[in-house]
This record gives sequence, C-alpha cells and structure tokens, in this order.
Amino acid sequence: MYTASDLRKGLRLKIDNDPYVVIEFNFVKPGKGQALYRTKLKNMINGNQFERTFRSVDNFEPADLREKKMQYLYKEGDKYCFMDNENYEQVYLTEEQVGDANNFLIDNLDVEILLFEDRPIGLTLPNFVELIVTEADPWAKGDTVSGATKPVKVQTGYTIQVPTFVSEGEKIRVDTRTSEYLTRVKG
Amino acid sequence: MTASFFDDTHNLARKKDYLVLRAGLIQNIRLYFFNHDFLEVETPLRIPAPAPEEHIEAISSEEWFLQTSPELCMKRLLAAGYPRIFQICKCFRDAERGNLHLPEFTMLEWYVSGLNYLRLMEQCENMLIEAFNKMGCEEKIIWQNRNINLAPPWEKISVAEAFSRYAKISCDQAIADDKFEEIMADCVEPHLGTVQPTFIYDYPSAQSTLAKLKNGTPDIAERFELYIGSLELANGFSELVEAQEQRKRFLDALQARARKNWNNYPMPEKFLSSLEQIHAAAGIALGIDRLVMLLTDTKCIDDVVAFTPEML
Repeated sequence: MYTASDLRKGLRLKIDNDPYVVIEFNFVKPGKGQALYRTKLKNMINGNQFERTFRSVDNFEPADLREKKMQYLYKEGDKYCFMDNENYEQVYLTEEQVGDANNFLIDNLDVEILLFEDRPIGLTLPNFVELIVTEADPWAKGDTVSGATKPVKVQTGYTIQVPTFVSEGEKIRVDTRTSEYLTRVKG
Repeated sequence: MTASFFDDTHNLARKKDYLVLRAGLIQNIRLYFFNHDFLEVETPLRIPAPAPEEHIEAISSEEWFLQTSPELCMKRLLAAGYPRIFQICKCFRDAERGNLHLPEFTMLEWYVSGLNYLRLMEQCENMLIEAFNKMGCEEKIIWQNRNINLAPPWEKISVAEAFSRYAKISCDQAIADDKFEEIMADCVEPHLGTVQPTFIYDYPSAQSTLAKLKNGTPDIAERFELYIGSLELANGFSELVEAQEQRKRFLDALQARARKNWNNYPMPEKFLSSLEQIHAAAGIALGIDRLVMLLTDTKCIDDVVAFTPEML
C-alpha cells in the first residue's frame, strides 16, 4: 500500500481497477491545516487525464505492472500480434495501444510488452531499430551541401529525414525515442 | 567525480545571489529587533515534548523530538520575565516537502508581553517594512509578475470575510463540509496579498491549538496569518495563557493524532505549569525561506537554501 506521502511524479497507482501514472504533483498545506496532495493522473490504458487532490489519510494500491520481452509477429485488422519468447503464447495490442510505435514496428522485432495484472496494455520499442529505405529520390551529383536532408519512406511506410546520400534499398539505423536518423548500416 | 557532483556544484553556484541576499536580510531583521529592545534567545532544537498539534508531525530523535517550532521554550522564557524576545532557528516537520515546504526550514519567531494579536499585526507590518526598505524595496515588491504595494496600512480582513469575498461557500459551511483547506488553498489563498500584503485574522479555533479564544466566540481564535503575493508568510496569535484550557486543547490534539497513528507525545507539563505566569502576550512565527523567495522573485523554496534534502 502507498500513502499520500509516497506520491511523486512517475508513481504508478491502481485506482478504480485501472493503472494510473502521476504526471504532475504538488504538496500544499494552508496555515496549520492538513496537508493536501495535488496530482494530475494519467490512465495508462486509455490515456485519459484528470486532477485529484488527496489527503494524508488516503492510501492507494500500487499498480501491478511489469514488462516482458516479446516478438512482433504481424498485424491483423486493427490488432497487433506479439509472441512471448518464453512460452510462445500470443498476445494482442490495439492500434491505440501501439500508437506511434507503429512507425518502427517491423516483423520479428523484440519489444518490451507492458503488462497490467498480466494483461498487455502497451509496449516499449528498443532504443534503436534498423529499417530498409523503400522509396527515395535518387542522389543528384551536386547535392553536396553539408547537412542537407531529404525525406525517404521506410519499410513501415513511415517518412523520415535522412542525408541526401542515402538511397533506396539501403538500411538505416533510427533512434526510436527521437524518431531521428542516426547512420547507414552496411550489409 | 560523478555527474551529480557537477550538477550540485553548478546548482550551488547558481544560487549565489539569492544566498547573499538571504544573509543580508537576516542581518537586517536582527538589527530591527536589536534596535527595538528585543533580546535574541536560543532554545534547544531537540526536545522531549513538542506542542501537540493535529496537522504538524515532529521528526523523532532517539526518545526525543526535533522541534516543530521554538514556541514552548520561548513562552517559558516569557513566563520567567523576558518580555521581548526573538529567535531565528531551524524547525523540522515530518513529510512536508513541496515548492513551498522543506522538512527542515528557518523560522523567525518573536514574543511580546502585553500585546494582543491586533497590535502584533501592526508590529509585524512595521518590522517587515523596515526590513524591506533596508533591502532596497521602498514602495513595492514584484513577485511572479505581481506588483505588491508596500504602503501602510496593509489590508486586514477576517477569515470569514475572505471566504465570502473569494469563495462560493462560507467559512462555517466549508468547515462543516470538511473542506476548509481545499477551499482555502483553491479559492481564497490565490487572492491574498496580491495587491498589497494581507493579514487574515480570526481563525477557526480547531486549527489554533495554542491561541486564545476570541471573547464570547468559542469557535474563533485570536489568530492571524500574513500573506504577500499569495505566499503564506507568518502565523501569529494572542497567546492562550490558561493552563486548564491549554491542557484540554492539547488533549484534543493528541486524540486526533492518535486516530491517525501519529507520534504520541508526552504532555508538555513544564510548559503548562509556567503558563499561569504569563499575563497577556502575543507571538508570531515567520518563515524566513519564503521571505527570501519573495525578495528574490523565485517560486520554489529550493532556490533560496543552499542544500535541499535531495542534494545531501
């Protein structure tokens, strides 16, 4: 059990059977009155946010959350299918739960699936992924301005800015946290 | 050397101007009290029996406690014939940490024999105007984009009046609904002291364990708070000097604390037996850290102390 004095930014709680993360926190205490713990909470399943004030007598259940390594298999309709690398069980995430990670989700990629009470609710990509450039304008001689970039499409359909020398069919490394191109990959 | 070593060193260097101002302010406050015939006293930080208050928890130190305020020892001095005393000291309050709170903070506390809370408000006003002037603030303070006019007299309104002016429900109704703190923090405080410093007075007696009750009104105590720029700066009151009544109020607070499983304090008997020697007096506690915030236009208490607990 957590008490109100455990509240801080980033703490994960279970409220009304859903997992919440504290995204804003402040402690206030007017006069010689009782302490108030002001929070802004975000529902980790549907993203809804709300503000709530707690008192020192309030207590909370921690949210039972853990991450497990799984492999992305395929998309079927609006469901994304992942396989547990240990027991080969398959789990599904919705488009909403995958969100922008969709831009870098390639077949057989190992990701961390976030489980709330053993139920999958989200995922974390590896920091770096390697993607094949599927569409790129050819490199014109003369495009030698250092730092110049051009948009290319990668195998997931995502469009990304890369240096002008990158050509179709090449593999590039991308930082999934910033969505930025890092380097070309040989082979 | 670790990254945090550099972060902390950078952090300490960044605060230099604020800490220089802080030292100057404390000198000027001392000078005021010295020039007005007050005696500076020192009382122990570590005590066996803190004043039981419902919403303030002491940090224990072996079998004793770190003081939450120097109040009880200072009043024993008052009782023993020290009529004008002040102290600048550290106070400790468990689990209080926020933009305006540190678990260890600096308090200025002073007591005057023969004054009531109304006269003490005026004296507090004079002291601060003099200290502000010495710090180069003659007419106004600008804090967080608010222009606060320092010209006397400062605004003085009752708590009931403040509620009727700024909140949708009355103070009595807020207490009845157990919403006093929420309404105070959300609706009332943001307006207090934003145009000129504001004293609000006549507090509900339930939150004034050591204050004298206002004549004929058992629910109201002769207590006030000073706000400047919506920052709560000082709390003062006419001292309760009837030992019997004080013991009863302590017992109420001890019971309320026991219901929350808070520290059980021994009854401060030596304080209680000295109380009858005080005839009439008033005392006030002012947060030095927040006063520095006001003069440095900073919004977080971390900026005006060299070290926060997290930096240690």
